[in-house]
Amino acid sequence: MAFFFEVLVSGLMVGIMYSLVALGFSLIFKASDVFNMAQGAMSLFASLALYGFLEQFFHFPFWLAFLCTVGVMTIIAYVIVFVVLKPLVARPPLMLFMATFGVMYLLEGFGQSIYGTQAKGLEIGIPDNVYEVAGILISTFDLFFAVIAALLVGGLAWFFQKTRNGRALRAVSDDHEAALSVGIPLLKAWYLTWVIAGVVATVAGVAWGTRIGVQFSLSLIALKALPILIIGGIDSIPGVIIAGLIVGAGENLGEVFIGPYVGGGIQTFFPYLMALVVLYFRPYGLFGKEIVERV
Amino acid sequence: MNEKKEPLLRAENITITFGGLKALNNVSLEIYPGEIMAIIGPNGAGKTTMLNVINGFYKPDEGSIFFEGKRRSKDLKPNQIAAQGIARTFQNLALFKGMSTLGNIMVGRTMKMHSNPFSQGLYWGFSQKEEIEHRKKVEEIIDFLQIANIRRTPASMLPYGLQKRVELARALAAEPKLLLLDEPMAGMNLEEKEDIARFVLDANEELGYTIALIEHDMGVVMDICDRIVVLDFGNKIAEGTPEEVKATPEVIKAYLGTAE
Repeated sequence: MAFFFEVLVSGLMVGIMYSLVALGFSLIFKASDVFNMAQGAMSLFASLALYGFLEQFFHFPFWLAFLCTVGVMTIIAYVIVFVVLKPLVARPPLMLFMATFGVMYLLEGFGQSIYGTQAKGLEIGIPDNVYEVAGILISTFDLFFAVIAALLVGGLAWFFQKTRNGRALRAVSDDHEAALSVGIPLLKAWYLTWVIAGVVATVAGVAWGTRIGVQFSLSLIALKALPILIIGGIDSIPGVIIAGLIVGAGENLGEVFIGPYVGGGIQTFFPYLMALVVLYFRPYGLFGKEIVERV
Repeated sequence: MNEKKEPLLRAENITITFGGLKALNNVSLEIYPGEIMAIIGPNGAGKTTMLNVINGFYKPDEGSIFFEGKRRSKDLKPNQIAAQGIARTFQNLALFKGMSTLGNIMVGRTMKMHSNPFSQGLYWGFSQKEEIEHRKKVEEIIDFLQIANIRRTPASMLPYGLQKRVELARALAAEPKLLLLDEPMAGMNLEEKEDIARFVLDANEELGYTIALIEHDMGVVMDICDRIVVLDFGNKIAEGTPEEVKATPEVIKAYLGTAE
């Protein structure tokens, strides 16, 4: 029984880290109606940049390296909005989606050319011990990032509910035209959204870079985000968090308890199976907004 | 009497074409401060198009808009025009469905009162005093429109009539110089129409708002409006007080049917 909980708990922790990546997607979709294929690449680039500041090009202390990385991601966010989104404002969403593919390739390419293709280890001094709590083994590493993720989500929730800018972003994501008609500048709203997504990508990049090393398969973590977004509903932040937990726990539990019966190695696609099931019952995700059209 | 005052908004020779359809053909009109003006006409006459031009969603192919005497620059964006003091409601409702009544009205308020919500850079926090001030004003509007009991209700769960009222509240929250209402009474029964008509009149007489509205209910229009502009197939076919317009033969032919 303790074993079950162990698997569950470690799954939940991983799930939170998946949520971090999925969060970026959700934020951008909510505010700009764009599915940002480049989100994974942004996380990757953030962790590369952090490594660059920490080890490769400079030897900054962590806090400085982190701030610089956030700065770099902010600049990248501005450039993406100015170069990609602004000219394509009135175009169909599919065009914007394809444009984000371009951004993804660009970021990966730049990452390669600047930082090289070798996997890098990211050592930032997070305690990596294992504690036993009520008979369950918990890694402090996972715990650390679970707390960080919780703080980040809490901060974002406060921002969106309680601040003027947050309200403006919610208005933009709800109805572009209405937001324009009450005086909200659309472009500035997008800048802010992408910068926030960039910061979230940075945190996700740091988390995953420390966990599995800074390597180019980091951008594949984004593929884990897709079932999360489907299960939770792409435009719901609480949905993303809960779905992340479900996916993390699900893939772990599935691999450990169902895997042996079907030959193992199912953790990669098990989340997609879950997403399929959810799609059948709730096409908009567990927490997504149901689009009701007024006839 | 109104001719002596400077118009608050002047539309001069507005022409706009969509594909092969000339939605507005050389239409000019004025809206004077403190009046309630109605734009009426059969469906497809170009009324909502005219409102969209006034509010900046459409740029006219020809002609200009003058607001407070100044010609409007061609590259002014809708949110900048809104910030100048023009608020509006929409024919098919454009509430922020995910927010409560209060949230919707607060957005209408705060966005206008600060010329640009992002003008102070990344302003992450909020000033307590400012927020309280705005909240007070929003509560006044909520009382005025008698929607206090639905303050916390998510906008998507409100009945149609109340949704229209919340949209009106959001527009009022901006304390605009010019209020544009697109069919504020569409889809309402007699009692609801009388309520909205009373609110519109109060907003004009007590609070001094200048209002331009599109409406189909002739009884309401004749009752509450100071002046009427009649459009038909994109052309202005009449303009004047309700009595004058009622008597114009073109209007009778195009719209009112037999003489009333």
